[in-house]
Amino acid sequence: MALSLDDVARIAHLARIEITDDEARRTLAQLNDIFAMIERMQAVDTTGIEPMSHPLGGGQRLRDDAVTETDNREANLRNAPAQQDGLFLVPRVIE
Amino acid sequence: MEWEVVIGLETHAQLSTESKIFSGASTAFGAAPNTQASVVDLALPGVLPVLNRGAVERAIRFGLAVGATIAPRSIFARKNYFYPDLPKGYQISQYEIPVVQGGGLRILVGETEKFVHLTRAHLEEDAGKSLHEDYQGMSGIDLNRAGTPLLEIVTEPDMRSAAEAVAYAKALHALVRWIGICDGNMQEGSFRCDANVSVRPMGESTLGTRCEIKNLNSFRFLEQAIEHEVERQIELIEGGGRVVQETRLYDPDRNETRAMRSKEDAQDYRYFPDPDLLPLEIDAAWIDRVRDGMPELPEAKRARFAADLGLTDYDAGVLTGSRELADFFESMVARLPGQAKLCANWLMGDVAARLNREQRDLTDSPISADALSGLLARIADGTLSGKMAKEVFDAMWSGEGSADAIIESRGLKQISDSGELERIIDDVLAANPKSVEEFRAGKEKAFNALVGQAMKATKGKANPAQVNEILRSRLGG
Repeated sequence: MALSLDDVARIAHLARIEITDDEARRTLAQLNDIFAMIERMQAVDTTGIEPMSHPLGGGQRLRDDAVTETDNREANLRNAPAQQDGLFLVPRVIE
Repeated sequence: MEWEVVIGLETHAQLSTESKIFSGASTAFGAAPNTQASVVDLALPGVLPVLNRGAVERAIRFGLAVGATIAPRSIFARKNYFYPDLPKGYQISQYEIPVVQGGGLRILVGETEKFVHLTRAHLEEDAGKSLHEDYQGMSGIDLNRAGTPLLEIVTEPDMRSAAEAVAYAKALHALVRWIGICDGNMQEGSFRCDANVSVRPMGESTLGTRCEIKNLNSFRFLEQAIEHEVERQIELIEGGGRVVQETRLYDPDRNETRAMRSKEDAQDYRYFPDPDLLPLEIDAAWIDRVRDGMPELPEAKRARFAADLGLTDYDAGVLTGSRELADFFESMVARLPGQAKLCANWLMGDVAARLNREQRDLTDSPISADALSGLLARIADGTLSGKMAKEVFDAMWSGEGSADAIIESRGLKQISDSGELERIIDDVLAANPKSVEEFRAGKEKAFNALVGQAMKATKGKANPAQVNEILRSRLGG
């Protein structure tokens, strides 16, 4: 399966990455190489093998349900380009 | 043409943990903006999520309560989309292997029972809140809610009417509160429903194109939104149109659904396993420990109320509608063994009606289970007639004290001394020779008149059954 330039534009848009036409063409070639590699891997018979969801073995360590964090709003807001009334301000998301 | 409605529900239940699902920030509702947003919730570089055991345990409780399979190994995945109240650019959720699989819920629609199958229930984190009021032409972001643990509970498309969907939502709401995993507060957004609605010609086996309706934060809105959406789809198809799969928002002010501004690629979430989290492993021993700590479930309690206490299925169903109601009823029955029916009637009748009229919950009923048992004990032992009991009940409701104190202070004891009652009845017979004559001539109506006179003479304090009995024997003799 080969990707088209439209696919590249769509993936870039979903990832909010701005790319030029030139970059899109180069990316298309690279992505198609990667897909070719994936196709070779997909030819391997994996019947009966449990999919690996994580390269490290074992299970997730859990923490007890307790509040351990204190209010650090002032410091956190200092990183924001705009703020008001304790809120982070962002470009308006609805009209 | 006759149409069949097909509905599936997705419910987000906020889990009642102290801290967030992947951070140690508080989940308490109503705090000042961003005071409960830790570096993990803010997605600062270098932070890692650590899963909250309390959230997993609540998911296990739910799975056990609905007879589902608890996955021994489930996977967290990233659901990718961009929105300012989602700082990471993805939501941590579960996709291919959720923690709870299958199971279902028995619901009662009117008097008809129905089983709604669940597809799955998975753990995920909530997003923050966007405030669109004018902040210098910008939107305000509060991330206190970001990272709050949710259990998303998904049904099969098993429901066939808005009424069934509401019955399911109510049963689920009662269950999550019953097992203590969610406070069920719909105003605060702790229990939110999305409905997938489609229609198809009756008898057709393939599903029609569905629309998802969001923003249903009350049972009434759920019902109205589905009814409206069904009407819209049928009108559309009958007018030669076609339903387009989309997400619609319910507007309760106008009672209509409308298409959400659809970003055409909004549905492409590009899920993949989250490399920050190892698989969630749940062994049989943990499941057993959780099972040991579970309360008796509504279904089991309902069966026991019907079998052991002789209640009808309907009564048993109503009384197990919430844990508070069931507990109230059980503590009454504990004090009044053998009087389950009397307890049920008062609880479902006078108490429910009063609470309903005053828009109150059973938890703030002015009459406690013990106090109400005290009143019913006086009905059971013949001290009070039904009518007198209602007077005492009113007085108790307005805080005048215990049933016995009110009976004493108002002199409400029913006359049960048969000697006294016989004397009164003899006086009534002597004062009403005409009625006696008529009764002897075969007019049953005259008997009722005499009963009325006797009740009047006792100011309603006589036991009507006893009055009947004495009158019959006097007149028959």
